[in-house]
Amino acid sequence: MSENAIIYSALAILFLPLLSYAILFFLGKKLPRQGDWLGVGLLGITWVLALRVFAHFWGVNDPGYAIEANLRWIDLGRFTADAGILVDGMTAVMLVVVSTVSFMVHLFSVGYMHGDRRYERFFAFLGFFTFSMQGIVLSNSLLFLYVFWELVGLSSYLLIGFFFHKASAASANKKAFLTNRVGDFGFFIGILIFFTAYGTFNYLELFAAMQIDPIGGALLTFAGVGLFMGCVGKSAQVPLHIWLPDAMEGPTPVSALIHAATMVAAGVYMVARLIPLFDPSALLVIAYIGAITAFLAATIAVVKTDIKRSLAYSTVSQLGYMVMAMGVGAASAGMFHLTTHAFFKALLFLGSGSVIHAVHTQEMPLMGGLRKKMPITFITFLVATLAISGVPLLSGFYSKDAILGGALAFGMTDAHYVPFILAIIAAGLTAFYMFRMVFQTFMGKPRDEERFAHAHESPWTMSVPLMVLAFLAIVSAGWQGPDTGWFSRFVAPYDLERIVDEHAPAGLVAGGGHAVEHHAPAAARLPNEPHDEAAHGDETAADSGHAAGPAHGGPHGDDAHHDAHHDDHHAVHHKAHGLAMTMSIAIAALGIFLSWLTYIRGSISAPRVLARLPRVHHVLQNMYFFDQFYAATVYRFVLWFSWLNGAFDRIVIDGIVNGFGYLTRLLSWFSGLADKYIVDGLVNGVGAVIQGAGESVRRVQTGRIQTYLVYVCFSVLLLVLVFRAL
Amino acid sequence: MTVGLEHYLTVGAILFALGVFAVMTRRNAVALLMGVELILNSANVNFVAFSRYVETGIEGHLMAAFVIVLAAAEAAVGLAIVLAMFRNFGTVHVETVNRLKR
Repeated sequence: MSENAIIYSALAILFLPLLSYAILFFLGKKLPRQGDWLGVGLLGITWVLALRVFAHFWGVNDPGYAIEANLRWIDLGRFTADAGILVDGMTAVMLVVVSTVSFMVHLFSVGYMHGDRRYERFFAFLGFFTFSMQGIVLSNSLLFLYVFWELVGLSSYLLIGFFFHKASAASANKKAFLTNRVGDFGFFIGILIFFTAYGTFNYLELFAAMQIDPIGGALLTFAGVGLFMGCVGKSAQVPLHIWLPDAMEGPTPVSALIHAATMVAAGVYMVARLIPLFDPSALLVIAYIGAITAFLAATIAVVKTDIKRSLAYSTVSQLGYMVMAMGVGAASAGMFHLTTHAFFKALLFLGSGSVIHAVHTQEMPLMGGLRKKMPITFITFLVATLAISGVPLLSGFYSKDAILGGALAFGMTDAHYVPFILAIIAAGLTAFYMFRMVFQTFMGKPRDEERFAHAHESPWTMSVPLMVLAFLAIVSAGWQGPDTGWFSRFVAPYDLERIVDEHAPAGLVAGGGHAVEHHAPAAARLPNEPHDEAAHGDETAADSGHAAGPAHGGPHGDDAHHDAHHDDHHAVHHKAHGLAMTMSIAIAALGIFLSWLTYIRGSISAPRVLARLPRVHHVLQNMYFFDQFYAATVYRFVLWFSWLNGAFDRIVIDGIVNGFGYLTRLLSWFSGLADKYIVDGLVNGVGAVIQGAGESVRRVQTGRIQTYLVYVCFSVLLLVLVFRAL
Repeated sequence: MTVGLEHYLTVGAILFALGVFAVMTRRNAVALLMGVELILNSANVNFVAFSRYVETGIEGHLMAAFVIVLAAAEAAVGLAIVLAMFRNFGTVHVETVNRLKR
């Protein structure tokens, strides 16, 4: 494929879903079958195009290879903004992930949403959602990233509240939207800081500018954390994760789309895409937030009985992993996990949708034994569960292992072990709660005979996507651990050094920032590090050659010193990965075993364990009181502040307005008086005078003809006399 | 004593005065018309008298004949009005017929 062909394919991938949206929105009701074939068909084309682009980048096999196309959008003299797209390996992968999951969700929805009153509207919104997400993926500037970012927010609002006649759905989409606004606020500040500093929104220009002239230390951290706040909102990280479980009010295919490919992936993708803009302090924040999210959400997922909510917390937890991967310098591992997770998490949601469709409940205690009734759903769900639990030979194992390895390496070189420990515990918990889900739903005896009797396997439009996704959940990682495998064709591995360099004890990384210059140029210019320009003069010159590409240039072994340093890191990495793999297999096995003991064998009684730990259970059931905490602080503050503003408005503003009103009224009253007595008096006076005159003259006109005759006679006599006298 | 112009004029003046007096004072519509008749006839007397004594010719006589015709027409119209008045108001008293005034 030529570069032009790629650009046009990318544009088609972006706009075909929008076309689907536009047609279905305006004409959907008039088309046969309400136009579902149109939405599915256009997404199918999108999917094929995405696969072609993907295949091209597979062949190119260079993570640094990027194609950019720009169109001057705004030109205001000193301010210009371009609308443009950037296609590189990471984009290609994301295009495939988004269009695959979206295509599968479209297909699945044909069966799942069948008979809904707003059937065609649903497909229209799905198309719009896909368009927004592809926009985030393809955008080449912070400005358009933000535009599509908000479009994703809007379309998630529309889809979460698709059943808006339900009060819970209506408030859930409001919550999702508002929570995201909080994150977007920080995101916007971050964008503006970078724009103010460099006067451009374009990624590549920003990365290049960052190397030549880094902005000041604290400001850079602040801007990084600001950008990350956008990710915290969209990717549902603690403390803004509260919207995601509530977003389960949307139809299940929407959950699959939001949780796997669009929305939540946006935050992680954004951090990965902009990773050169984050300084080590910001990345440390990211690592900790991610790890804490992974752990907290996993613990909550253990106690949830609603299958979709449990899956929702599972998503939050997995997103925590990805975000942590960004922070610990394993961004490519994070993106890798995003890819594999997209497939098996979409599969889990669609599988749960299939189950819900069959038994009409989301409560796992009411299910059980469904494997006999729904074999396809069961097997595919089991595959996804094995994948997410980290069972070897499935995709989730490799990607999760890459993250855990990165986290451990980060811990070993930097003494920040907390993220790794939290992550590994979360891995065990994940295996436990996922198998709990499988055991409660599909194994054992049916707990609700009536529901069980009505359960049935879903139609082919629903089961085919399940099978496709199950296939992808098995193969999408390849089988080449312990690193990111085939993924390194698209996204360069190892960005660890740039962080290690900042935090590591001097002894560990011999040579300090010296070699790092080549490895991760952007990070090497960390402004808060006392930078000895004289000592690094030669490196600086050599460096500028790499400046154009994304920050993670691969290994460039051009001098011995550098090689030694590289090997040093490689050794740490290798050790970390071996150790992490062993530990993750062990803890996954432990989690599965405990789950089996609890829910199949029954040697551990879950209620009894919970009864032993009432406090813990209470906290988990209430999801760490995040909602209550917000209700007590944020909501109350907002309400109080609104009340205060209201009072100000009422007393001061209204007072001024009313004062003016009163004054005006008073003046008008005076003016009215003048009008009434002076102007009207004059007018009326004239009238009255004329009337009086008329009244008096009127008497002459008696209407008696004889009187007139008398006047005439006497007048004539008078005239005669007068003329006589003359 | 010869009867001269003065005598005719005197008679005419008396007739005129009587006519005017009648028109001014009478309330009966018929009497009013009679007063008007007197005034017209006083004018006739004057015409004829002036025709006889001052100017030779028949202009004065002609005018008198016109006036008589006119008086006849006037009497016909006037009496018709009075008749209509009586039909509508049940009276020929001019004072009581004042609907337009109100």
